[in-house]
Amino acid sequence: MFNRIYALLKKDLLLEFRQKHTFYGVILYIASTVFVIYLSFPDKPDGTTWNSLFWVIQLFICVNAVAKSFLQESRGRMLYFYTIASPVEFIISKIIYNVLLMLLMSTISLLLFFFFLTNPVQNTLQFTGIVLVGGVSISLVFTLMSAIAAKAQQNAALIAIMGFPIILPQLLILMKLSKVAFAEVFRQGAVTQLIGLVVGLDVLVIAMAIVLFPYLWKD
Amino acid sequence: MKKNWWKILSFILLAYTVIAGFLIKVPDLPIIHQSIRNLYYHVCMWMAMMTMFIISCVYSIMYLRSSKYRNDIFAVNYAAVGTFLGILGYTTGALWANYTWLTDQSQSLGSVLKEPKLIGAAIALLIYGAYFVLRGSFTDLDKRARVSAVYNIFAFAMLFPSIWIIPRMVGSLHPGAPGSDSGNPALNAQKDLDSAMRLVFYPAVIGWTLLSVWIATLKIRYQLIKDKSLINE
Repeated sequence: MFNRIYALLKKDLLLEFRQKHTFYGVILYIASTVFVIYLSFPDKPDGTTWNSLFWVIQLFICVNAVAKSFLQESRGRMLYFYTIASPVEFIISKIIYNVLLMLLMSTISLLLFFFFLTNPVQNTLQFTGIVLVGGVSISLVFTLMSAIAAKAQQNAALIAIMGFPIILPQLLILMKLSKVAFAEVFRQGAVTQLIGLVVGLDVLVIAMAIVLFPYLWKD
Repeated sequence: MKKNWWKILSFILLAYTVIAGFLIKVPDLPIIHQSIRNLYYHVCMWMAMMTMFIISCVYSIMYLRSSKYRNDIFAVNYAAVGTFLGILGYTTGALWANYTWLTDQSQSLGSVLKEPKLIGAAIALLIYGAYFVLRGSFTDLDKRARVSAVYNIFAFAMLFPSIWIIPRMVGSLHPGAPGSDSGNPALNAQKDLDSAMRLVFYPAVIGWTLLSVWIATLKIRYQLIKDKSLINE
């Protein structure tokens, strides 16, 4: 099982290296979005604005980066995977791949934000940690959304429609959590509670993905 | 007749709710005053909505297990009635907030809308809106039923914490937020609710829930007849 997950993951990564246009496409998307934000502010944005903008941009980056993971698989290729792997292996490999991709993209967007929009964060290391945790959560939800949307016809718009309400609670928690790094004082134990909630929701999403994906898989 | 007892019960309970709800003496609290009677409508809508969504989710699970088209019809109609109740809950809540929360002129509607329970309710409505959009994008019946069942189950699993867990962790204008001394958000047995109001409130919840099940079954029966040729079991 692990061999097959590894093989599927390796295939996705190899594809990414060989067809660099999609990868650079997402990076360019991040860069141009951040640049537009940079130009649209006369001065540098204050901490709260910076924080909300950052998370909203994260969301859109994820839609763009993760969305193609299922859409790029043609019908014939899906049939081929069907014969060589089980649905659980397939979805796990996709989840790992998307999480890796999103971690990379989050880091890049964070660096670009620091570069263009300065760094209002007090505790940069803590904020980076929260960003990575957030990137994982967002990519998990959108992996399953992309799997569902791939079955429907006009899929790109559907991902956003289906995914945004579901990611909303996690995104709000993350926005709140990242205020820690802006030196906002929280009540005792609240931070651990919030992190626990995010991780708990992540576990729930993974469990649901593993249980539900086999039903999406068979056609 | 034997099968219809709950419909009659629903009618009697709702008639009782309306009559007793307007006549029984309620505690006169500051700000909220007589608008406290909205409890028999506003809260019941959410309870009934949640019941509808739970039933819808159960039928979606049943669909995935059995692949019977019938279960899909049940799931979608319960979800539709649930969404309708959610809109009603929002409307009654907006009326209520207008007379209680917005008494202070400096408070804008925008600040009230960020209330954690309102966010949860908005998420619920958006999720089921997306559910119907998703269904609309399929032409193949089996595929539509299967994919939307998957989304329904997943969305419900994510909706649950955002309605039942997160609002209890953060401050809220609703009664029962942590920090305020009004206790459990799900109405504490001893101290939250006046005992006279309790006599109306519990029958009201049951009455409204039964009424919404009734509406859903009517919709389902209509669609079962319409799609008779598709269901061959």
